[in-house]
Amino acid sequence: MAEAHPVGFQWVVEAMNRGATVIHVDPRFTRTSALADEYVPLRAGTDIAFLGGIINYVLTHELDFREYVLAYTNAASIISEDFQDTDDLEGLFSGFNRETRTYDETSWQYAGREDHAEPAQETKQERQTAQPLQHESHGISLQDEPPRDDTLQHPNCVYQILKRHYARYTPEMVAETCGVPVEQFLEVCRAWTENSGRDRTTALVYSVGWTQHSVGVQYIRAGAILQLLLGNMGRPGGGILALRGHASIQGSTDIPTLFNLLPGYLVMPNPADHGSFREWIEDMGGGAGAKGFWANAEAYGVNLLKAYWGEKATADNDFCFDYLPRITGDHGTYRSVLDMIDGKVKGYFLLGQNPAVGSAHGKAQRLGMANLDWLVVRDLFEIESASFWKNSPEVETGEIVPEECATEVFLLPAAGHAEKEGTFTQTQRMLQWREKALEPPGDCRSELWFFYHLGRMVRERLAGSTDARDRPVLDLAWDYPVDGPHEEPSAEAVLREINGYEVATGRPLASFTEMRTDGSTLGGCWIYTGVFADGVNQAARRKPGSEQGPVALEWGWVWPANRRILYNRASADPEGRPWSERKAYVWWDEEQGRWTGHDVPDFEVAKSPSYRAPAGASGVEALSGDDAFIMMGDGKGALFVPQGLLDGPLPTHYEPVESLFRNPLYAQQANPTRLEYRREENRMNPGGADAHTDVFPFVFTTSRLTEHHTAGGMSRYLQYLSELQPEMFVEVSPALAEERGLEHLGWCHVVTARAAIEGRVMVTERLRPLRVEGRTVHQAWLPYHWGSGGMVTGDSANDLLGIVLDPNVLIQESKVGTCDVRSGRRPRGQALLDLVAEYRRRAGLVGATYPPVLTTGKGTEQ
Amino acid sequence: MTRTNSLYGPLDPARDAGYVDPPPRKGFFTDTSICIGCKACEVACKEWNEVPDQGFDLLGSSYDNTGALGANSWRHVAFVEQGSGSTGTRAPVDLGMPTVRGEQEDAAEAAGGDSDKPDFRWLMSSDVCKHCTHAACLDVCPTGSLFRTEFGTVVVQDDICNGCGYCVPACPYGVIERRKGPSGAKNVGIAQKCTLCYDRLGAGQEPACAKACPTDSIQFGDLDELRGRAQERVAALHERGVSSARLYGHDPQDGVGGAGAFFLLLDEPEVYGLPPDPIVTTRDLPSMYRRAGVAAGALLAGAAAAFLGGRR
Repeated sequence: MAEAHPVGFQWVVEAMNRGATVIHVDPRFTRTSALADEYVPLRAGTDIAFLGGIINYVLTHELDFREYVLAYTNAASIISEDFQDTDDLEGLFSGFNRETRTYDETSWQYAGREDHAEPAQETKQERQTAQPLQHESHGISLQDEPPRDDTLQHPNCVYQILKRHYARYTPEMVAETCGVPVEQFLEVCRAWTENSGRDRTTALVYSVGWTQHSVGVQYIRAGAILQLLLGNMGRPGGGILALRGHASIQGSTDIPTLFNLLPGYLVMPNPADHGSFREWIEDMGGGAGAKGFWANAEAYGVNLLKAYWGEKATADNDFCFDYLPRITGDHGTYRSVLDMIDGKVKGYFLLGQNPAVGSAHGKAQRLGMANLDWLVVRDLFEIESASFWKNSPEVETGEIVPEECATEVFLLPAAGHAEKEGTFTQTQRMLQWREKALEPPGDCRSELWFFYHLGRMVRERLAGSTDARDRPVLDLAWDYPVDGPHEEPSAEAVLREINGYEVATGRPLASFTEMRTDGSTLGGCWIYTGVFADGVNQAARRKPGSEQGPVALEWGWVWPANRRILYNRASADPEGRPWSERKAYVWWDEEQGRWTGHDVPDFEVAKSPSYRAPAGASGVEALSGDDAFIMMGDGKGALFVPQGLLDGPLPTHYEPVESLFRNPLYAQQANPTRLEYRREENRMNPGGADAHTDVFPFVFTTSRLTEHHTAGGMSRYLQYLSELQPEMFVEVSPALAEERGLEHLGWCHVVTARAAIEGRVMVTERLRPLRVEGRTVHQAWLPYHWGSGGMVTGDSANDLLGIVLDPNVLIQESKVGTCDVRSGRRPRGQALLDLVAEYRRRAGLVGATYPPVLTTGKGTEQ
Repeated sequence: MTRTNSLYGPLDPARDAGYVDPPPRKGFFTDTSICIGCKACEVACKEWNEVPDQGFDLLGSSYDNTGALGANSWRHVAFVEQGSGSTGTRAPVDLGMPTVRGEQEDAAEAAGGDSDKPDFRWLMSSDVCKHCTHAACLDVCPTGSLFRTEFGTVVVQDDICNGCGYCVPACPYGVIERRKGPSGAKNVGIAQKCTLCYDRLGAGQEPACAKACPTDSIQFGDLDELRGRAQERVAALHERGVSSARLYGHDPQDGVGGAGAFFLLLDEPEVYGLPPDPIVTTRDLPSMYRRAGVAAGALLAGAAAAFLGGRR
């Protein structure tokens, strides 16, 4: 956190000054480790084993916050008796289909609710379209209460299933798998559990490298289980905090730049499931009889369509639902790149993104871009993604010939963040308005300017067209006030539309509960409704913390409804009283008959804790007075996830795809449902039981340095940042340096099945070998900031990576791989290709055979 | 105006310099125990003061690639990796000073004497001009380019400096330096160092580095108040078991009369590349002049005696 989020780290320092203990778990000793009370190095890619071990510790010693767990989680809920766990099936869950490598979720459902599951054929399509991502805030959909056993003794209640599932994650197993000594591991267990409960809470903070694994979603799930068991969710000082990678990356998920989502986590329709407006709404939880807040999905959908198509969107034409583009499969960033190589994708927009350096498998990225008709790059400098055709490593090897590369590159200068106004949405879901400090120089323009005027010009070009396919563009409500010599659109007007307003009067909506399904209101992102309440830009509020309470509700604006902590109903006990004086946050005021407290209650404000949903109730009414997790269909935090995850209802340790070790827990080696693109340029190094793992005998991981910003577009082109970290380097332990004859500050090169890159050697005790399964494992660490452009140049660490994806969200496994490290500089030209080919040959990565994904005989054939 | 302690010992430097009613003396308290080595101070300083980069060289000195304070680095963050060996970092330099840790301390530590010290530490510390109470650079400046401000700080006037360089060896910390380049940069040939952002102070702003520091490792304020705050911080750290915490440069009785920029360190100063017992190089000027005077007098007397004797 100190390394990649130094500004946010000030709050950790403040917490430390108030007595907080900070534990840092990371393969690499970073600036965070330097200040932490305890640094725990672990083998990259073993986090579920580590967290599973803590879950086991909690359950074995019954240290869970029992009242909280009973009331607010699904611990007591009973799962179908058909459910079989990984213990029985060598690392697979019941319902696995060996042909499609997907699960039929029927046996994962609550007992008696087996018909709620998605059939397995559909889960295959869901993997193609990352549908769990679409469902991430939707939770389980349910029509009634699942059966419960409040004694937690029923063998198929979630609590008992958890206990059995994690029983083999013992401290000794953690030590064997992760390389963390038993005593140090127990210290972490004690610190975490002793600091959780009525009086104390513990926060789990991760940076997004945590998600970049073939089991990334299950990493977060493991953290969620632990935090739920210990009562750390929905309470002050608790939670799971994702430190997003860029200034407004949270904002670009809320108002998404993702192929499968629409603003406010509405689902991007596909022809199979969403043939009609009604099917679309029902799939989002808006069906008749559905429980929870997603029951209002129709209002959110209608208001979005009205924001897009204005007066053209009416109840008679389903508010132009048919104008929405449809997705037909995997259109993720990696699939698109491979499709570029195959000539299926012709054009590409890159906005503030530098995939030639920043994305996994840099060579595939560059070869793909070299095979386009056109490419638009909007950035501050001529980044590698705009200059690849003349100075990429492939030019050196002859794979890209500048004279022959037909891609027409349009490099458009972009305005910097101080040169445009708008909002940033940070990790707490807080929108903060940014003023424009100065005019952008020359031809530099904001993204808002670019897209508004691009849309205007396209519409002008199409004006008068009678072609039906042009209607969606021509019917758009594309009218924003513009200002100044460059006709800059008003960012506030856009925010006002996102907030939503009454169509007839223009009155801004104060809350998404005011959104109507009849077209009388519109709003571009339902979760942002309220940011322009009372016609005031609430995101621009800047009342200092010293002039208000600790929750600081008048600084910026947080979605939803300016609520700072989600699910904060859980900060009070089932009767609505604070769990403790010290951790009082929101509570039920019996006299006034309403919820009150320091934050905006995340609950219907007048719903008494004693309210019990009548039988047959639907929507919000179906949530009882102690259903704290209001976005979940059953109102409970999910320890066990019956619906929505493609790789299992419980996190299970699988080895990284490229691993030097057999999975010590199960016969199934790596995530059986992962998405792979098996093609010649995307060979993965051998893993686990495969032959020739000794060809790539070391583990490597990559991450950031404070001095540079991700792919370097905002730092390598600036002298003051370039001088602070001027060269690509590779961090190795003294032991690895000795083993490979590496000299401090000398050169080395790192080889995988995809590439060989070079860097200067940094020998440091911050990297230390670990003992895993009785062997010493060396881990190398590489920063990934450099490329062929800028004031300081160097090889790109991301060139080393192959493309293998988490099945739920299509995030790449880019934080762990295997490699060889050799002394000296890498070869140049054809010799470089020969070196990598030679490694592939030695590792047996030739011909049409690929190692098996499934390493157990369990599961069913179809 | 008192002239006591003009060259040595405790003193209010602004009053000593002739300001009749100066504002409280300003300074930095750099608490290295919460420095995360982000180098925001280095960048903010360069941006504000238009200090050029000093080239793009990987030094291999842990994450330090600017090396030391100098004409082109007015803030410098040191990175010290302390483990079993001395990889990736510079070993502490034995300056031959009496305060360098002896074998006894090492032995005590090996026996587990200093229990709060883990087997590996990564220390970070942002260094800066000390704005000494007795500033030798200022004492030796023949042009008056270096001057004492009303805030008690020491500042170079670029347009008066003639680049003679007398100040460079005078500084007991090796801070001030003549700018050698890069070509095209301003003030090449001129002595350069931290001004404690004199221009920002005049406008009621804090210096750029302190403003940019995310963890408040660099604190700016009235020196008296900072000294009090620092004592409290050391006490708090000691209470928490960090017995290695100590202040450096805070004491008006030290060799420079107390620094205007002082530090909380977690190890001996040498570990961070700081001199353990700096003394203003002009401290001995009076006695040197006295001795020179006595010697000259003796010489004269001898010569006179010789002549007188010759007459006999």
